[in-house]
Amino acid sequence: MGSPEPSDVNLPAAEKPETAIPFDEMGTAGQCRPHYELVRRWLDETPPELLALKRREAELLFRRIGITFAVYAEGGDPERLIPFDIIPRVLDAAEWELVSRGLRQRVRALNAFIRDVYHRREILRAGLMPPALVLHNEGFRPEMQDFEPAQGVYTHVAGIDIVRLGPREFTVLEDNCRTPSGVSYMMENREAMMRLFPDLFAHHRIASVAHYPEELLDTLQSVAPPNCQGEPRVALLTPGAHNSAYYEHSFLADEMGIELVEGADLFVDDNVVYMRTTEGPKRVDVLYRRVDDDFLDPLTFRPESVVGTPGLFNAYRSGNLTLANGVGAGIADDKAIYRFVPAMIRFYLGEEPILSNVRTFSCAQDGDLAYVLDHLEELVVKEARGSGGYGMLIGPQATQEQLAEFRAKLRAAPGDYIAQPTLALSTCPTFVEAGIAPRHVDLRPFVLVGRDIRIVPGGLTRVAMRAGSLVVNSSQGGGTKDTWVLED
Amino acid sequence: MRLRVRHQTAYSYDSPIAAAIQTLRLTPRNYDGLRVVQWRVWSDRRRELPVFIDGYGNPTHCHAVNYPHTDATVFVEGEVETAATHGIVRGAPEPLPPLFFLRRTPLTVPDAALEALARQAAPQGSVLKQLHALLHLVRDRVDYLRGATDVATTAAEALAAGAGVCQDHAHIFIAAARQLGIPARYVGGYIWTGLETQEYQATHAWAETFVHDLGWVGFDPANRICPTEAYIRTSVGLDYRSAAPVRGIRRGAGAETLSVAVNVIQAGVDQ
Repeated sequence: MGSPEPSDVNLPAAEKPETAIPFDEMGTAGQCRPHYELVRRWLDETPPELLALKRREAELLFRRIGITFAVYAEGGDPERLIPFDIIPRVLDAAEWELVSRGLRQRVRALNAFIRDVYHRREILRAGLMPPALVLHNEGFRPEMQDFEPAQGVYTHVAGIDIVRLGPREFTVLEDNCRTPSGVSYMMENREAMMRLFPDLFAHHRIASVAHYPEELLDTLQSVAPPNCQGEPRVALLTPGAHNSAYYEHSFLADEMGIELVEGADLFVDDNVVYMRTTEGPKRVDVLYRRVDDDFLDPLTFRPESVVGTPGLFNAYRSGNLTLANGVGAGIADDKAIYRFVPAMIRFYLGEEPILSNVRTFSCAQDGDLAYVLDHLEELVVKEARGSGGYGMLIGPQATQEQLAEFRAKLRAAPGDYIAQPTLALSTCPTFVEAGIAPRHVDLRPFVLVGRDIRIVPGGLTRVAMRAGSLVVNSSQGGGTKDTWVLED
Repeated sequence: MRLRVRHQTAYSYDSPIAAAIQTLRLTPRNYDGLRVVQWRVWSDRRRELPVFIDGYGNPTHCHAVNYPHTDATVFVEGEVETAATHGIVRGAPEPLPPLFFLRRTPLTVPDAALEALARQAAPQGSVLKQLHALLHLVRDRVDYLRGATDVATTAAEALAAGAGVCQDHAHIFIAAARQLGIPARYVGGYIWTGLETQEYQATHAWAETFVHDLGWVGFDPANRICPTEAYIRTSVGLDYRSAAPVRGIRRGAGAETLSVAVNVIQAGVDQ
């Protein structure tokens, strides 16, 4: 169970390809990019002993907060700290303007797509996607057919994983439209940096991220259901303390000043949801739920679920409750659907995509399959339905046996696989054992969609701590950085 | 044919339970073969039950009792006017496209035996002939036997057991039809048997398949026929789980006794 993990499966665990020199966020030797000047000066001017001390302080800080690694990988040591790197990742105003414009566009298209697949399916009628890819996809929830959630929004909190391949080239690796996690890191990282290096913040115009909970609450209130009376009551639904992202659930509920509830704290009467409180039942209008569709309501979905509330979906469909994110939003972040996102942007918005997609081969198509079989050594092959990096092949790292095995698998069941080229992710200076060295990074901004779209500047930067590694996920020793967006 | 339905489900518990909730898909919608004259779903705990249309187009009532109780009875009462359509279902709301109904579900995943069953029907030529062959094949292979299966029994399990109820016949038929590339779905409803004594048979399940030029066509493998004017369809879905006439959950330890009485009679005919 748990939320869809920010997936790292898109990031091949391969060493960087020999041919491509990755873009460095700070710049090449002797040529510091202007907006990194302040970081460079700070690194130059601060004695190494002091930096080392600050790094230890940072670790203590995180231990005290109790924010642990488990958000990203299940089954890991729950007490292990996710490494925090004190060298920030910096984006200037123009870069962020480009990225945020691209994010808005993409998330508008994703929402339009979800709305369409649960209504008239115009995109299938137009012949832009194979109908079976949607209709036979486990992410397609027939229960949602013809249901219009408040404001027509399905994915209210979208975590879009972006990598950078060049100065103006930002590419989306994966869309997370269900219950993306990690925003608590974004906030805690900033908090830690401000405590450790107050001077840096005093002298530079770094866009704040502290208002994220406020923006989230505003967003949730703006999607109150049609039958809501008066001020909407919002609560956060968690699967419980055993969940890997529980820290984040309680953190966000706390920051927003809303109730943190579990399924058993709620009940449904007359298709209306109530929260049990010491002062009697209170009507709930909006649930920011961090429970997967399958477990939300045993009366509609998996009957064995014990973390859900029976009747919740009935209340949702009856217009008495908003679930954020909406049920069935997972159809938009399926790996086999991903390659059609640029087509969605053109189809629904009539615009050209601002953020590019990773070239993706659908092995179900004959032409693509032939190419993939021919270039297997260069490609990353993933199960279309897989997650967590299981059952994937990293061409550049694979043995002859593994390549042969995958060729057989691809021929036997091509529809189960997609393939992508190995990417040269940008690098960012990072503290490692040997000192400061470039390490690969990605970025997960959190896009909030309600009556309007809001994005807190930046997001969560993840960094691969191992030399040459493209794997930024924490289970593989990945860490995080504070992400700065400089204001003009 | 004018049919009158009276369906009463009484739940009783040997000690008070804290709460119970049910989702009920027990209401027909109009189509060319049926017109709803009147229909009502309520309980002795609530005069009115809230209703919405689900993703498959099924009117769905919700019955919740959120206080300690030892019994509750849900009533369904209604009258419909039906017409014979040779099983063809036209004029019904169809929110989901036929292609969707090729999707496999845990209850209808084909195993080798189901694939073999489908192959037996395949050489019959036209899709309609294949389906008619399947109608008999399913019933030949699986005896009608109550208690041999339950709501969680899969098509493959029921076929292997060689015994089951209408729900199992429908699942096997659906699994085999999908295996043949024919969209198929589960239908729940009522049936007029003309026999006042066999009350339990008045709730029924069968299948519908999508045939080009005809649209959705019903097949009732349990009775080896296409549905007649004696059939009242109240729910459709991919399988029993999505089309279940009743899905319920209760909170509390009391052991449940369920007593169901269903009566489908011809209206205007002296009983």
